[in-house]
Amino acid sequence: MRLERRETRPVALTLLAPLIAVAAALAMAGVLIAIAGAPVLTAYMRILTGAFGSRLSATETLVRATPLIFTGLAAAVAFRARLWNIGAEGQFYFGAIAVAAASSQTLSGLPGPILIPALLVVGAMAGMVLMLVPLWLRLRFSVDEVVTSLLLNFVAVLVVSMLIDGVLKDPMAFGWPQSQPVADQALLPKLVPRSRLHVGLVLAIVLAGAVHLLQSRTVFGLRSRAAGLNPSGAAFAGVQLGQTLFRVACLSGGLAGLAGAVEVMGVKGYVTTDLSPGYGYAGIVVAMLANLNPLGVVLAALFTATMFVGADSMSRELGIPSYIADVTVSLSLLSMLVAIFFTQYRIRR
Amino acid sequence: MNVLLDILASAGLWAAVLRIATPLIFGTLGALLCERSGVLNLGIEGIMTFGAMIGWLVVHEGAGLWTGLAVAALAGAMFGLLHSGMTVTLGLSQHVSGLGVTLFASSFSYYVFRLIVPVAGIPPTVEPFQPLNPPFLSDLPLIGPALAAQTAPTWLAIALALGLGWLIFRTPLGLAIRMAGENPHAAEAQGLDPLRLRYGAVIAGSALMGLGGAFLTLSAFNSFFPTMVQGRGWICIALVVFSSWRPSRALFGALLFAFFDAFQLRLQTMVEGVPYQLFLMTPYILSIAALAVMARHARVPQALMQPYRRGER
Repeated sequence: MRLERRETRPVALTLLAPLIAVAAALAMAGVLIAIAGAPVLTAYMRILTGAFGSRLSATETLVRATPLIFTGLAAAVAFRARLWNIGAEGQFYFGAIAVAAASSQTLSGLPGPILIPALLVVGAMAGMVLMLVPLWLRLRFSVDEVVTSLLLNFVAVLVVSMLIDGVLKDPMAFGWPQSQPVADQALLPKLVPRSRLHVGLVLAIVLAGAVHLLQSRTVFGLRSRAAGLNPSGAAFAGVQLGQTLFRVACLSGGLAGLAGAVEVMGVKGYVTTDLSPGYGYAGIVVAMLANLNPLGVVLAALFTATMFVGADSMSRELGIPSYIADVTVSLSLLSMLVAIFFTQYRIRR
Repeated sequence: MNVLLDILASAGLWAAVLRIATPLIFGTLGALLCERSGVLNLGIEGIMTFGAMIGWLVVHEGAGLWTGLAVAALAGAMFGLLHSGMTVTLGLSQHVSGLGVTLFASSFSYYVFRLIVPVAGIPPTVEPFQPLNPPFLSDLPLIGPALAAQTAPTWLAIALALGLGWLIFRTPLGLAIRMAGENPHAAEAQGLDPLRLRYGAVIAGSALMGLGGAFLTLSAFNSFFPTMVQGRGWICIALVVFSSWRPSRALFGALLFAFFDAFQLRLQTMVEGVPYQLFLMTPYILSIAALAVMARHARVPQALMQPYRRGER
């Protein structure tokens, strides 16, 4: 038996790959649920009804999906150019705390229609700045950006922790370390009344479309893909690698920063150090499940959010630890890698 | 100034240095062995988490401490098998596969832990390794008390660092592993099997990572809690670069790093008015700084992160 590269990538298989991967992951997670002694099909039904069974749970799932679309896009644009930005978690927190700082101190007097876009820009800028550190280290000292962007996640959360325990601390929070709340007019309008669903979801989907156009229809998109596929070839063809990677880093860091900004302005209204239950890391899975396609990111984020919200309610009813959601999502990443491989290779005897 | 000298002169500091260094020594050696064969293993953070969980769990369920360590190593090896299947046989991106292994191994640890150990106000504990208190060494001036306080796995880690250095630089097997990481085509031409060598190195290296995790729950602390590995795996990846892929320097690097960490922990309690988060940040910032300083001079294994497929160039 040996592996042989396919002449062409079968379109059907490429489109089916995420479905096959998710099915495989659900099957493997099913074994774990069975070992834990719960009925597998019932558990999956509970996950579905937990995520979509009522108006409240369906909107909650969409609320969960919103930051995942942003962080998924952040990973997808970076990975396309082989820029391994694993720092979306830290960039998320930088975006969030920048919004809290700007809204509570300098910009709070502005009216909503001006303040909201201004704060979104501030959040995106903060994420960008944090991403430029690993990029600079890579270009200047040729340090692998994976490790530096990962280590900066820990630094970023500690910076946030320091700020919400210090200058940005909310004096009205009974001593809890949390930031001052953002100004009332900076809160994002709700999409559905009496729910937490906010216009951030629309912004996320619009941005997914915009990133798709940027990648498929512009010179920058071509250059960033070329930089990923064959850096030396691209450089030879006149692509300035440093400049291209700089733009990709700004876009990626900006999207991750935006995720944090939108989460603060749309859901929480203030920053704590548990604002993100690992949105940055889950974004990597979302991007891979989408095969780095910006439109696919929306669907992959929806799947991931379904697992997380659904597993919470399933776990309460059946006594299965809700970590089963994380297990399923990470297994679907591993299966997706294998599935993508078999769109490029086949097994020959 | 006196404060600093007081800290340096305390036996507690030097005992802590060795204790903090031990998981880093195991992890760095494991990552180093993988990378010497040409495979970057970013699964380390998750493998250490799983090692910490399973080692503790086995002991909690009644097995001996050494059994706990062995099971943790075995579990690490299984994740190594998974990672090498993805990266060596299939030749997938080592970055993404490694992150996938980390996400899977850590969430799987939390799942198994929660399944078996119900939520409790006080986390259950085990009886951890006791100080070995070796004769002669414990009687040395200055460092004697620090050496006396160490447990058996710490001595194992130090012995492993020396043994691995000997293996990599003084044995035919070590030469073969280095060849798989520098030039797998040349290794193949010499009649070696680069794929097998990479499998072996990644599996053995991942077993060491599992040991590093288990040290946390069976010697440094006595209980398991999620996120307890706290980026130690990533720090090990940075230490591999810092050590220029040499086991003896990895030992030195881990000790140096642990010294700074133990020092800042003590400084934290003595200096007033500085936010404690600044102290907690130092290990990560130090790692990044070490990478920036060393990356230029480091002699990276030339085939690191390049998949090897027979008959393909």
